[in-house]
Amino acid sequence: MTAPASLAERVLGGEQGMIARALTQVERRAPGTDAMLAELHRHAGRAHVIGVTGPPGSGKSTLVTAMAQEYRRAGRSVGIIAVDPSSVFTGGAILGDRIRMSTLSGDPGVFIRSLATRGALGGLARAALDAVTVLDAAGWDVVVLETVGVGQAETDVISGAQSVAVVSVPGLGDSVQAIKAGLLEIADVHVVNKSDRDGAHRTVSELRDMLRLAKRQPGQWNVPVEQTVADRGSGVTALIERFDEHLRWMERNGERERRARRAAGTRIRWAAEELVRDWLRPGTPAFDEAVTQVAEKHDDPATAARRLIGWT
Amino acid sequence: MAPVQKETVAEPIRVMLAKIGLDGHDRGVKVVARTLRDAGMEVIYTGLHRKPDQVIEAAVQEDVDVLGVSLLSGAHMPIFTRLFEVLADLPEPHRFVVVAGGVMPDEDELELKRMGVAGVLGQDTAPETIVEEIRALVHSRAPRS
Ligand code: B12
Ligand SMILES: Nc1nc2c(ncn2[C@@H]2O[C@H](COP(=O)(O)OP(=O)(O)OP(=O)(O)O)[C@@H](O)[C@H]2O)c(=O)[nH]1
Ligand SMILES: [Mg+2]
Repeated sequence: MTAPASLAERVLGGEQGMIARALTQVERRAPGTDAMLAELHRHAGRAHVIGVTGPPGSGKSTLVTAMAQEYRRAGRSVGIIAVDPSSVFTGGAILGDRIRMSTLSGDPGVFIRSLATRGALGGLARAALDAVTVLDAAGWDVVVLETVGVGQAETDVISGAQSVAVVSVPGLGDSVQAIKAGLLEIADVHVVNKSDRDGAHRTVSELRDMLRLAKRQPGQWNVPVEQTVADRGSGVTALIERFDEHLRWMERNGERERRARRAAGTRIRWAAEELVRDWLRPGTPAFDEAVTQVAEKHDDPATAARRLIGWT
Repeated sequence: MAPVQKETVAEPIRVMLAKIGLDGHDRGVKVVARTLRDAGMEVIYTGLHRKPDQVIEAAVQEDVDVLGVSLLSGAHMPIFTRLFEVLADLPEPHRFVVVAGGVMPDEDELELKRMGVAGVLGQDTAPETIVEEIRALVHSRAPRS
């Protein structure tokens, strides 16, 4: 008799319902998650992971939908992780990205999952990147990650992508100024969406001016600025080509490996931080003992910390 | 060193709210969406005019705890019949509870429950009652692995 297939095996087999359950596990960090991810990690690394970020309402979900349609026409399957903020007051959320994506339904080559930020310290980034691992291992050719471009947590998430598109829109006053902080450096492609609106050309030239100011080393990727009208799908074919070019460029220059190493480093650090956080809490006898020792001046905080994590 | 078992924090209940067919009444479903969010739940709204298969596909991908269908068009009987046909065809039995809300005559409620609808929350249901009902239905369901 053969043993029943594990969840990881069934994810690798491409069963949609099991992929959905694996994503729930990852989000809840349920028991067994680490073992499942360990198995999936070995099969991941083939997908082109694309991050799409930008201000609220800039048309990210509409653009992701148009991109997915374009990839499907080219015969490539697409997994989408759409992240929306949780309310800091109630912990609840209305996850609205999927509403825009309804034209993608009925196609087994597309999988969409909404994720709430759940306000956890760095927890979002970790869950989102683990979710990417699940979809990547399950065999999706392209995995797209949508996040609102605000806050460190979202920037952390996007840093796990291989190609990052930063979406801006014309006529948001000083729109370019708005995306400057933090987002400019992480863009591999700039998208000026809603280019049917007045001022699109101005936004494009502002972005180009800004990119010219950034010091570019020889052989470095030349960050393009693409114009799109996402709800009509225009400019999206060109955008997809830029992502492909970026991937080819990364492969030629060893950048794909560099980014993979950087992402691996970040994820090891997050995993280690979580282990330490779980270990150093009231209720762990060694921790409680150390607290007593330090409070009663028999030990000092730094020495106790080193001892607790096994460094002495 | 083995870390102690992490304290279990209650996970937010995930709810999908769906509008199916030609029914364009979305005031109620939007009220319900905000009510559930304010009660700490994660709500995924499908938008108007979805087909039963689209809704089930989305509910499976999102792995929700509750699928709530809002219907004020009078077409609830054929729509729920179709919905449960699609559910029966899934490769794996679904784990979410199905809840109905909107305008439905009392005499249909029994038939809907026979089909598999876990709760029918009609017109003028107070927000607190909706929250309580949904929590109770989720907690009475078999625990998820
Ligand atoms: C406002 C309204 C409209 C508005 C809708 C605006 C909008 N965007 O929503 C407009 C004017 C557009 C409209 C149009 C029509 N309407 Co109208 N409309 C109403 C009315 C007066 C109130 C509905 C409402 O918004 N209530 C307020 C909200 C908050 O309550 P609710 O939707 O019932 O939701 C509550 C509960 O039901 C529950 N709930 C709802 N959904 C869900 C889901 C879940 C999961 C849960 C747990 C709970 C839950 O929680 C909510 C809060 O308590 C009702 C009559 C009535 N008293 O219900 C008729 C009514 C629904 N309409 C009706 C009709 C016939 C129409 C039209 C066909 C009229 C026409 N001939 O043109 C069109 C159809 C439009 C369309 N495409 O669907 C009929 C339906 C008859 C039937 N079911 O057999 C009704 C019942 C009037 C009647 N007595 O004849 N309508
Ligand atoms: N005029 C115009 N409107 C667009 C375009 N792309 C998207 N929109 C509209 O912009 C609004 C917001 O679109 P979304 O795709 O939800 O934007 P988003 O960035 O995903 O929004 P959040 O996830 O809430 O941050 C919708 O009403 C879209 O129809 C475009 O190219 N031109
Ligand atoms: Mg969006």
